[in-house]
Amino acid sequence: MIRFALGRLVSLTASLIVASIVIFAVVEVIPGDPAAFMLGVNARPDTIAALRAEMGLDEPLIARYAAWVSGMVQGDFGMSWTYKTPVATLIADRIWVSLPLAIYALALSTLVAFPAGIYAASRRGGAGDTAIMGATQLGVAIPNFWFAMILVLVFAINLRWFSAGGFPGWADPWAAIKALTLPAIALALPQAAILARVMRSSLLDMLGEDFMRTARAKGLTCRQALWRHALRNALIPVLTIIGLQFSFLLAGAIIIEQVFFLPGLGRLIFQAISARDLIVVESVVMLLVFTVIMVNFIVDLTYAAVDPRLRARA
Amino acid sequence: MHHFKRLAASTAVVLCASGALAQDSITVAIQLEPPNLDPTSGAAQAIDSVLYANVFEGLTRFDADGAIIRGLAQSWDISEDGLTYTFNLAAGVTFHDGTTMDAEDVKFSLDRARAEDSTNAQKALFADIADVTVIGPLVVQVTLSKPNGMFLFNMAWGDAVIVAPESIDTIATNPVGTGPFAFANWVQGDRLELARNDSYWGAAPALETATFRFISDPTAAFAAMMAEDVDVFVGFPAPENLPQFAADPRFQVLNGNTEGETILAMNNQREPFDNPLVRRAVTHAIDRQAIIDGAMFGQGTPIGTHFAPHNPDYVDLLANSQFDPDLSRSLLAEAGLADGFTTTLKLPPPSYARRGGEIIASQLRAVGIETEITNLEWAQWIEEVFTNKDFGLSIVSHTEPMDINIYANPDYYFQYDNADFRAVLEDLNATTDPAGRSALLAQAQTIISEDYVNGYLFQLGVATVARAEITGLWVNQPTAAVDLTGVSWGN
Repeated sequence: MIRFALGRLVSLTASLIVASIVIFAVVEVIPGDPAAFMLGVNARPDTIAALRAEMGLDEPLIARYAAWVSGMVQGDFGMSWTYKTPVATLIADRIWVSLPLAIYALALSTLVAFPAGIYAASRRGGAGDTAIMGATQLGVAIPNFWFAMILVLVFAINLRWFSAGGFPGWADPWAAIKALTLPAIALALPQAAILARVMRSSLLDMLGEDFMRTARAKGLTCRQALWRHALRNALIPVLTIIGLQFSFLLAGAIIIEQVFFLPGLGRLIFQAISARDLIVVESVVMLLVFTVIMVNFIVDLTYAAVDPRLRARA
Repeated sequence: MHHFKRLAASTAVVLCASGALAQDSITVAIQLEPPNLDPTSGAAQAIDSVLYANVFEGLTRFDADGAIIRGLAQSWDISEDGLTYTFNLAAGVTFHDGTTMDAEDVKFSLDRARAEDSTNAQKALFADIADVTVIGPLVVQVTLSKPNGMFLFNMAWGDAVIVAPESIDTIATNPVGTGPFAFANWVQGDRLELARNDSYWGAAPALETATFRFISDPTAAFAAMMAEDVDVFVGFPAPENLPQFAADPRFQVLNGNTEGETILAMNNQREPFDNPLVRRAVTHAIDRQAIIDGAMFGQGTPIGTHFAPHNPDYVDLLANSQFDPDLSRSLLAEAGLADGFTTTLKLPPPSYARRGGEIIASQLRAVGIETEITNLEWAQWIEEVFTNKDFGLSIVSHTEPMDINIYANPDYYFQYDNADFRAVLEDLNATTDPAGRSALLAQAQTIISEDYVNGYLFQLGVATVARAEITGLWVNQPTAAVDLTGVSWGN
């Protein structure tokens, strides 16, 4: 188990180094001078030069990359050019929207998908199975931003149960959870549909295995065998999907954050790119890459915990 | 929601007698969030939208109609030669941190803006200042290197507000001004709160608190208004929804003008636009009303020159460039381009450019001009079009007030080079009497219209959607501002 974890750790570090080079290079080649953008069309060339110097843009690329990476290793993400606040503070503020939103959406989607998938698998071919599969087909097909607009139309504009968007902060936890509810539902729907389908097919695969026949032969009912033996084994592909979904929910909620004007990480990246606040883009993307890699690392370790064969193979 | 909570907490008893409640807080939405809160450095209009006249004040200021009125300077004397301005400052003015505002602060602010290492985005406003001298605690004298008829106007800009040396280091995140509202809180990405300054030197505003929110998505803007999450939306991003708001008794829609002359910019130094016949042909190929209706849902006033039509000095020169495709084709033939030509059309993000660009491309195609459309982000547009001048045509709204002087700079991105025009502007700068200035401004407008420097399309409109009860909002945007000084719930 320790060798397995160490091996993963080495490849994790290598991934991070490669990612930092790619992110820095890509962001630096985006056309558009940040200083000229900030000062607008009436600025004089000497003013722009003064700002470039203030922002450290006149230093060579390698030096700036080195400064960025060594800063990050020490936990210093640099200073935002446009917001004039530390990037770490910006991220810390936004993560309190994005992380709870991702967890909320993941919880909702798991809560819906597990029972639905298990029910469908146990009623294979029946009316319940057909209904659930039909519903998930629809859930996968509906774009989440469109679903979000429908939610706003019904629950914010017509029924007035929720605000149409915005985030009041965690000072009042109930208001914060309420503000995240519609976005979380909008995000959870397609995820739940995918997860339910994976859950069902994975369970059905297990039901055909030899050990299931043995379990039935020992006298367990079909349902008992499913709960005691099939479910645990069916979880591996489901965990993979959950890991991928969590990464997606954390980084990929840009459109939903835009629709609900939530101050999350996605919107921060979006604004920073159009304002050419390169240091913010670089640091936030790097943080997301780090999170995704860490989530995958944890998922890998969970596999090993669930399935002893994986430990042996490593 | 936030609004409701405040209300519920503070006035639970009064709520029972609902209707009689005098509301003293407001939630205002604008499209873009200010990147920082320093109006004296960045060019972002959102900074002024939130802070101008609310938190910061200058020597002079714009009123709702764009006229220049007194600000921190209560009166001024201009010397005979037009070189010396002596400003008498208002007495008893304090910054929000309690320090006194006096002539030293004025000197500090002006000297800082024009300093060598200044990062003021509108440094040109201060270019003619030769010296700033403190005469007394409330008297400051500004000496110009040459007469400048625009000086009082320049001092009204958001970039020329008075700041204090004590608070300048943290101005980007904690702005300290002299205005009727003090900065209270900024939750970046979500909202910014202002609170009434109880020791304000002028007339106290009716509102106790104001919250700004930032919503750029048109659908989200519609939903936020409809759900009554926000009370006012200045610069509503979805013109297609305006009739629905106008018909709803809960809301009012204010259609106003901005200082944005929206033009089809032509690269005057690049073939074939270096030929005035070609530029003229382009302008006759354009049907302005079709663009206003198609791209702007009817919001906007046609213009025939680079000047705001609501300005008393505006000259109607639309006749110079009437929509006439036949004339356009014959002008092209005269220029030796009977078969037309191909050029680039580079478009920045706003919908006037993206939607307007498609319409202009098809209008130009009708007279034989093919365009290759490229959509650019603002940062790219500034680099490619504005700085490197690598374009044939572009569409952009010039939002600075009174900016006809950009035509006197041959290095400006459309590269118009005319010594006669420059002479007129020099005269204008040296002229302070209003009649003389009017005549010179008319002359300047006529020259660029008859030279067909650019295609003049329309004055950009601005729509404000607000709850019906609210009064005192600016209809026009003579400068980017949401002046809350006179705003109230009308009860």
